[in-house]
Amino acid sequence: MSTNISLPSRAPLLSGKGWSAFILALIVVCAVAPLLNLVVPKASPFHMSDYAVALLGRIMCYAICALAMDLIWGFTGILSLGHGVFFALGGYAMGMYLMRQIGLEGNYKSSLPDFMVFLDWKTLPWHWTFSDSFPATLILIVAVPGLVAFVFGFFAFRSRIKGVYFSIITQAMTFAAMLLFFRNETGFGGNNGFTDFKRILDIPIATPGMRMTLFVLTGLTLLAFFLLARWLVLAKFGRVLQAIRDAETRVMFSGYNPIGYKLTIWTLSAMMCGIAGALYVPQVGIINPGEMSPANSIEMAIWAAVGGRATLIGPIIGAFVVNGAKSWLTVAYPEFWLYFLGALFIGVTLFLPDGIAGLVKKLKRGAK
Amino acid sequence: MTPDLLEQGTRRVEARMAALQAAKGNTESGGRAAGFGRLKVSDEVDVTHGRILYLEDVSVSFDGFKAINKLSLDIAPGELRCIIGPNGAGKTTMMDIITGKTRPDEGRVYFGSTLDLLRYTEPEIAQLGIGRKFQKPTVFEQLTVFENLELALKTHKGVKSSIFFRLDSTQADRLAEVLHTIHLAGSVTRPAGNLSHGQKQWLEIGMLLMQDPKLLLLDEPVAGMTDEETERTAELFLSLKGRHSLMVVEHDMNFIRTISEMVTVLCDGSVLAQGTLDQVQTDERVIEVYLGR
Repeated sequence: MSTNISLPSRAPLLSGKGWSAFILALIVVCAVAPLLNLVVPKASPFHMSDYAVALLGRIMCYAICALAMDLIWGFTGILSLGHGVFFALGGYAMGMYLMRQIGLEGNYKSSLPDFMVFLDWKTLPWHWTFSDSFPATLILIVAVPGLVAFVFGFFAFRSRIKGVYFSIITQAMTFAAMLLFFRNETGFGGNNGFTDFKRILDIPIATPGMRMTLFVLTGLTLLAFFLLARWLVLAKFGRVLQAIRDAETRVMFSGYNPIGYKLTIWTLSAMMCGIAGALYVPQVGIINPGEMSPANSIEMAIWAAVGGRATLIGPIIGAFVVNGAKSWLTVAYPEFWLYFLGALFIGVTLFLPDGIAGLVKKLKRGAK
Repeated sequence: MTPDLLEQGTRRVEARMAALQAAKGNTESGGRAAGFGRLKVSDEVDVTHGRILYLEDVSVSFDGFKAINKLSLDIAPGELRCIIGPNGAGKTTMMDIITGKTRPDEGRVYFGSTLDLLRYTEPEIAQLGIGRKFQKPTVFEQLTVFENLELALKTHKGVKSSIFFRLDSTQADRLAEVLHTIHLAGSVTRPAGNLSHGQKQWLEIGMLLMQDPKLLLLDEPVAGMTDEETERTAELFLSLKGRHSLMVVEHDMNFIRTISEMVTVLCDGSVLAQGTLDQVQTDERVIEVYLGR
């Protein structure tokens, strides 16, 4: 047998250029941004304002969600319109800890969070048991969204719910969760949610140093998740995911059980959103059931679609572009934002099915 | 009980043991106990009874329409069986039942003598060694030819093994061999979606070969192929015969003539006739329902 075929070798995690860009991003997040914000004087044109730090920090949280969306939607073809739930669950887990960190400094000077005093509760509800412990909170941030996603996914995938039906029930799930969290009896602060945070790990939360720490942490998390996603996608695992997206029956008749694969990536993607939510809450200083509104989950899908599905870097860019535009438009023309968002989505679907990443690729090919 | 009775008993036992000892090695089987059973190895196809696939009285109906009606059929190891029949005869439904996609209302489906296929899911049946090619070529269009074959490769197919999978040299050789067999060695890195219809058919057959199945179910494998491609497919199937069992559903009579020894005619969900192509072609009933006068 003459085997003079050169089989393609395993692709590297990132190309040479890719690593350069990655390291550049790392330097910007860890060194340049802190320097420009904390060291460069406010009067200097190079000073990075606190507003910019807050905005970029928030957008990086969104970018983590967009990355998670890309894994489940772009690569596996499962459109989730309920990822806002996982984001909010992570956020609430963090929020509970931050509420307990307020200590006796609340308006009612009680050891219980203000809203509980207001509701005339005398003791902490059972689900607040671990809210005093930071390590336990870290575990809950990952475990709660992960567990909810696992149970939901297990039944949905086992029943072979696919396509638009799956999208609809995820949308229903986030709506149901929102209604649940709106209620005062559930013990999550009702429609006000949690706010007025004072400290994290006993360190005041509203200082420039803490803000920058959270910013750097978010950036590092985003970059780490990008590498993890890239590694998963390049493994045979990633190709099985794409195969599930393109021809699920063929995957089954090739001897793979798609349920395990879907459940793995679905749960992982939910956990990523949970972590993003937990990083988001201390930066914006509030979490309420509005984060679970159906529109929020749909927006996540739009970030991924605008950036370009199944490219990993695309959705991250998409999150930056859409949210950048949002922060500018909601100030300049507040009434037009939703129209713009709708037009953007329609435009991308019609003219840029592969998003910004696809456009760049096309332009590059054209230039050659 | 008295001591002398005890003593007698002991003597009798001793005599009996001595007799048994003397008889040892004196039997037809050389002293070994006769054994009629074989060890049932789980998840392995037992073909000692000369049948690799065995369907008995299988029926399935969709909304009252009997797609399969008391179908009984069996296939020998290494056999190449052609299935013909008019549209709606239940050919594809039969393959759905064998591969676990459709559950029959009644009947039994066995792979070898011991594996009850009705107890397994689609991926499990594929892992047991039944490969299937669909009527419409189904390949992973966004993946390259290489990646398509690599996915089909017979190996552990759990999540963890897929994350840490690396192609070893034996597997790479196997992959290269299949690439030659299906004449796609020049298109290794092409996306499967860019292949011609015939090439997609070949790629799908190649994916089956990578799975190394004991039984291949092929639903219209040469549909849309050029004459030359059809000829090469016939050659390939003939070379597979013997090592694998094949069940081929086709409408192309020339193709069937080239490859077939045994032809089964399905009609209205059950076997109408069975024999060589010449035999069934002269069968009155077959002419009536399928071949036309």
